[in-house]
Amino acid sequence: MKKCFIFLMSILVFQILVGTVASKDEMPSGKLEIFSWWAGDEGPALEALIKLYNQHYPDVDVINATVTGGAGVNFRAVLKTRMLGGNPPDSFQVHAGQELIGTWVVADRMQDLTWLYKEEGWFDVFPQSVINKLSYGGGIYSVPVNIHRAGVMWYIPSHLADWDIASPPKTLEEFYATCAMLQTKGIIPLVVGEAWTTIHLWDEIALSVLGADNYEALWTGKLSPTSSQMIAVWDEYGKVLDCTNIRDNAAGLSWQQATDLLVSGDAAFNVMGDWVAGYLSTTLGLKAGDDYGWADFPNTQGDFTWLSDTFGLPVGAPNQTAAIAWLRMIGSVEGQNTFNPLKGSIPARMDAVGLAPELYNKYLQYTAKQWANDRLVGSMMHGVVANERFMGDFNQVLDIYIQSRSSAAAAAAMESVCKQAGACGL
Amino acid sequence: MRSRRDRLIALLMLLPTFILLGIFVYFFLGKTVYFSMTDWGENPAQPALSETVTRQNVGLQNYENLLTDVIQSMFRNSLTNMFFFFFFFVVGSIGVGLLLTIILDQRVVGETFFRTVFLSPMALSFVVTGTIWRWLLQPDGGLNYLPTVFGFAPIHFNWLNSQEIWLQFTWSIVPRYLTFAGFVILAFLAVRYALRQEKRSAYLMGALAALVILIFISGLWDRIWLPLDAPEAAMTLAPEGFNAALVGIIIAAIWQMSGYVMAIFTAGLRGISDDLREAAQVDGCGEIKLYTHILLPQLRPLMISTIIILGHTSLKIFDLVFAMSGPDNARTVVPGILVYTKGFRQNSFAQASTIATIVLLLVVIVIVPYLYARLRTHD
Repeated sequence: MKKCFIFLMSILVFQILVGTVASKDEMPSGKLEIFSWWAGDEGPALEALIKLYNQHYPDVDVINATVTGGAGVNFRAVLKTRMLGGNPPDSFQVHAGQELIGTWVVADRMQDLTWLYKEEGWFDVFPQSVINKLSYGGGIYSVPVNIHRAGVMWYIPSHLADWDIASPPKTLEEFYATCAMLQTKGIIPLVVGEAWTTIHLWDEIALSVLGADNYEALWTGKLSPTSSQMIAVWDEYGKVLDCTNIRDNAAGLSWQQATDLLVSGDAAFNVMGDWVAGYLSTTLGLKAGDDYGWADFPNTQGDFTWLSDTFGLPVGAPNQTAAIAWLRMIGSVEGQNTFNPLKGSIPARMDAVGLAPELYNKYLQYTAKQWANDRLVGSMMHGVVANERFMGDFNQVLDIYIQSRSSAAAAAAMESVCKQAGACGL
Repeated sequence: MRSRRDRLIALLMLLPTFILLGIFVYFFLGKTVYFSMTDWGENPAQPALSETVTRQNVGLQNYENLLTDVIQSMFRNSLTNMFFFFFFFVVGSIGVGLLLTIILDQRVVGETFFRTVFLSPMALSFVVTGTIWRWLLQPDGGLNYLPTVFGFAPIHFNWLNSQEIWLQFTWSIVPRYLTFAGFVILAFLAVRYALRQEKRSAYLMGALAALVILIFISGLWDRIWLPLDAPEAAMTLAPEGFNAALVGIIIAAIWQMSGYVMAIFTAGLRGISDDLREAAQVDGCGEIKLYTHILLPQLRPLMISTIIILGHTSLKIFDLVFAMSGPDNARTVVPGILVYTKGFRQNSFAQASTIATIVLLLVVIVIVPYLYARLRTHD
């Protein structure tokens, strides 16, 4: 009798144990903290994603933790104190490339997600060049949710018509001619804002002068920062800067304020990522293609400077089950098509736009086509090809150049930054 | 005579404070100094954020790099900015504060009201002040359009974004300025002690001043001063100087703190007995002379403590600059901002610790003579 009772009890206990484990596997619960810099204009896209997540997993209480600041400038400081303090969030936003690899993966702070890629069949849907930038030592460490294009030249077609500009310049020479003409009219030919937007511009000029092959060679150690090609980059950078408001009010303008000058007709062009399209369409209510236009940066036709927002799984994430469910969802067609039309970016999955083209506006459909066909080049400013140490010190290199206007001094400074940061393959 | 029991109770009461101070101030202070002598974040083979990072002791290498490496121009620029901010902020706040004190001392109508108004900026944090002034100082905003109220043309000064550099100098000339300043201070002290008939101190100061001038003439200091790790030509192309963009930040800081100076000085003036004023007036002392010869000299101890408080605030300034021109504006960067960007953005924790330690040393230089003088007078 007693034996029988123990037997029954143990079955019961076993069932309870197995039962809870099994249900935990299927239905994540508890709290899930998603840590990102998407607030303000970029907030609604993330909220839509969280809403979708809650439809699938109603038991999970999602904590949407954000730290504002473009490109995550302030976010990263908060994240680092948390990670160093042993208090990681369940999943956090990180740019693909060195910002992920050079900061977190080499420090053994991320979990390998190769198994998830295999399970979900992501090797077939994400482009190989993106997966490469998420990989280190045979592992894959995050899931890309979107692709932004960095080097797009934005303009307002009706303004260009007023200033008798038939079409946006296609070469740097054409650009300088347009620049001289606009300056006589008292219009800023190319508007820049606070420091990082000038680095963003440098990226495009480097690509324009060097070409895609040499631009990539620069970051892998095959092209020296002091080579004659790089001196030429700095020379052209100086000429382009002379067409901007750098000596005027640039340092005080956010990228949104710089874009406002475009709309108000004080400036003609703005070289910025395609989050500008989201700002112009969603915040200002302008129509893509009619109210605002875009073109490749001069001499970069056929190149696509990309950056990607990804989410990874940190070592010690408190709620692994819920976090993995989150990663599964943001990598799915449904997740990517929920998020990207609102964010103003294109899905990292090659198949997502084709399954629901009606969700995407004219600009995004155009970019998605370019993404499939262009040569893909990683952006330095947005952490794809150079590590954070390099990016911070590069700000000093730019300042040395802006103060001295000496290409040789800037090239030498850049070389020593590369060496100290262990970047550019040096 | 205090009993042993009283002493024990006193010790027990103070113990929690000592422990908390020991951990959260001195322990971390020591840790920062220690990190400043390691290669944490300087060695690409050792990921800075790894849990198992090993930190090599590199002595004073980080200090040398910051002072001499060509790419650390931002740090030297921040030191220059800090110096000019310190000077103009302290002089400006005390000047404006003193002026307000004297005006209020004239028994104007609504004195209490004005005192509250002048003091109210003190209640705001630097972040709030910074945000308000950032708007006022926009190229097309507030201050630039103020003249239009009186029918003048608006001015076009980029208060926060100007790229202009005034009073330009190169970094290599700094030691010469420093030695010269040291000579002037020592010579002044020597003369003062001599006038006070304190012979030993006078000789000591005189000898030190002579030594400094000798070093100055011999050019030895230039050799001690580490040469910049770059062709001199490159450095003269990128000079140091008073960045015009700092003007806006100085204005905001003075607006915030001059009320505080006024409060201190008003309290000081109230403390001077009316007999003294009346005696001076009976002796035929004019209104201006009353202040310059009678009242203000009485406020000297207050003046010194005000300089110390304003001075160390200005050395540690971070939030105001962050709110007004952001962390990336190379023209307005200060050491506090660099500690943040180098540490938490670039993972250069050793360099950030080094800058923090340098700021600490400068604050110590400002504060310690004051504490020393205070303790001596209390003895």
